[in-house]
Amino acid sequence: MSAVVSREAVVNTLLALLLLAVPIAASAAGEPFYVTLATRIAVLALAAVGLNIALGLGGLVSFGHAAFFGLGGYAAGILATHAFNAEPLFFGLPGTTSMPVIWLVAILVCGLVALPIGAISLRTTGVYFIMITLAFAQMIYYFAVSWPAYGGEDGLSIYVRNAFPGVNTAQPLPYFLLCYGVLMLVLLLFWLIGGSRFGTALQAARQNPVRLAAVGIAPFRIRLVAFVLSAMVTGLAGALFADLNRFVSPSMLSWHMSGELIVLIILGGKGRLFGPLAGAMLYVLFEYALGGITERWQFFLGLILLGVVLFARGGLLGLLAGKARHG
Amino acid sequence: MAEPVLEIRDLRKSFGALKATDGVSLDLMPGEIHALIGPNGAGKSTLIHQISGSIPPDSGTIRFLGRDMAGLDMAARAKLGLGRSFQISSLAPEFSALRNVMLAVQARQGSSFRFFRPVKGDRSLAGPALAMLERVGLAARANTPAAELSHGERRQLEIAIALALGPKAFLLDEPMAGMGPEGSKSLTKFLDGLRRQAPILLVEHDMDAVFALADRISVLVYGRIVATGTVDEIRNDPEVRRAYLGEAA
Repeated sequence: MSAVVSREAVVNTLLALLLLAVPIAASAAGEPFYVTLATRIAVLALAAVGLNIALGLGGLVSFGHAAFFGLGGYAAGILATHAFNAEPLFFGLPGTTSMPVIWLVAILVCGLVALPIGAISLRTTGVYFIMITLAFAQMIYYFAVSWPAYGGEDGLSIYVRNAFPGVNTAQPLPYFLLCYGVLMLVLLLFWLIGGSRFGTALQAARQNPVRLAAVGIAPFRIRLVAFVLSAMVTGLAGALFADLNRFVSPSMLSWHMSGELIVLIILGGKGRLFGPLAGAMLYVLFEYALGGITERWQFFLGLILLGVVLFARGGLLGLLAGKARHG
Repeated sequence: MAEPVLEIRDLRKSFGALKATDGVSLDLMPGEIHALIGPNGAGKSTLIHQISGSIPPDSGTIRFLGRDMAGLDMAARAKLGLGRSFQISSLAPEFSALRNVMLAVQARQGSSFRFFRPVKGDRSLAGPALAMLERVGLAARANTPAAELSHGERRQLEIAIALALGPKAFLLDEPMAGMGPEGSKSLTKFLDGLRRQAPILLVEHDMDAVFALADRISVLVYGRIVATGTVDEIRNDPEVRRAYLGEAA
């Protein structure tokens, strides 16, 4: 409530401006590769913001969020393929190349899938919750691998990036700005949710579920809604990711992807508003910088992750902005 | 005679061969403080857990405000008006004292499915919460995270949360535990006034507090209630003296 701007707000603003400035400068300098790199950061960050609702606010370590990331991706790929081939989808519905429609479908599909997965998984806690979410995601992964209609193991290409009204999505910079805009909007929603009544109950469910139940709020329902919201955001990111690469494959659904999302959050700072963005920046930069030197870059990423977990629990944001404070 | 607020009939709970609750019947009448005492291992905590809904009984009934509580979980019972404090402080450690109480106010108001309006600056939450902290004498520490409060302050915060729920009955599990003599004395005085708001089922080891506060005392030994009566009746009951109070009485 103080009038003084917190250190975290300053760090967050700087991170947001940095992510915006670099691709604009790169685009002006005729280096579209860096724009694509920044788009990758924004989209991965968005996926991790989704997971951060469940994991950061709710303490629900979902090891199955790749399922939603991949489903969002396939929503984009399948709708675009049907539109491209002018083949109707089921019930004679047409495909579409309109991003707003695709996003809506991705969000709805992920919400509908997350509801039963959450309702079953949330009856367990701790390591069982981790394992059961992993199991659901792997079921969807193997389904995608073995279903030939949409490319099976080979994946599915999106020949032309889908369209957004008023934005030339085929160009790297406008597409980056679109993704950046979505990321900022979702960060705003995350911030609002974190400070709302629902967010209060959700964070209480993480800190002490017995306390929450003792004041008369059942933790299960709060967690289930959080899990579904979380899946929806990650699904939206999946749709953007598919359009970024103009390609979707089962690898988006694999457990590596689930792990990567968790890594992003740990690197950046669990439960922090800008933790996923900081984590995605670090991750993609490592991938780019170390990946240029050695194919074994993930070994070094592992060392860095070890360092963060042992010595800097708050992640990058913990280092830059100090310990998290709740009101 | 008035209807009991809380009515327990022939409650039984075994863990293997151990009969932790062995046919307990107990009433909590409007306006009274009913103390439950007994040596360690008598089954007090097991009984409290069954009333609050964290352990299901094997048999027997618990009625609260005339309603059978079977099948209701802890949250549902709390919502009906059973305000509970814990033997070991159970708080949201990262939240400030104020936000801990605000959570209870929010629960009492109903919906927690409001996603956008910030709770900070929501006077309908902060106002009543601060009033509760003032009542227990913790207003000065409102913005301190619960994890940084002293042991005694956490006990006070537990009471403030229970108060904020506006319960129809209090279930207080050793509220004096670990408090110094000064703290116990002021809390005793506070609880004395609280009975006008709602009856209290008080589990407590501090005999000074129990004798000062209780309208009735029930003595639990090996899962059975061996005596129920006024303070004087319990003090002079030979079986109670033998089983529990021993040379201390």
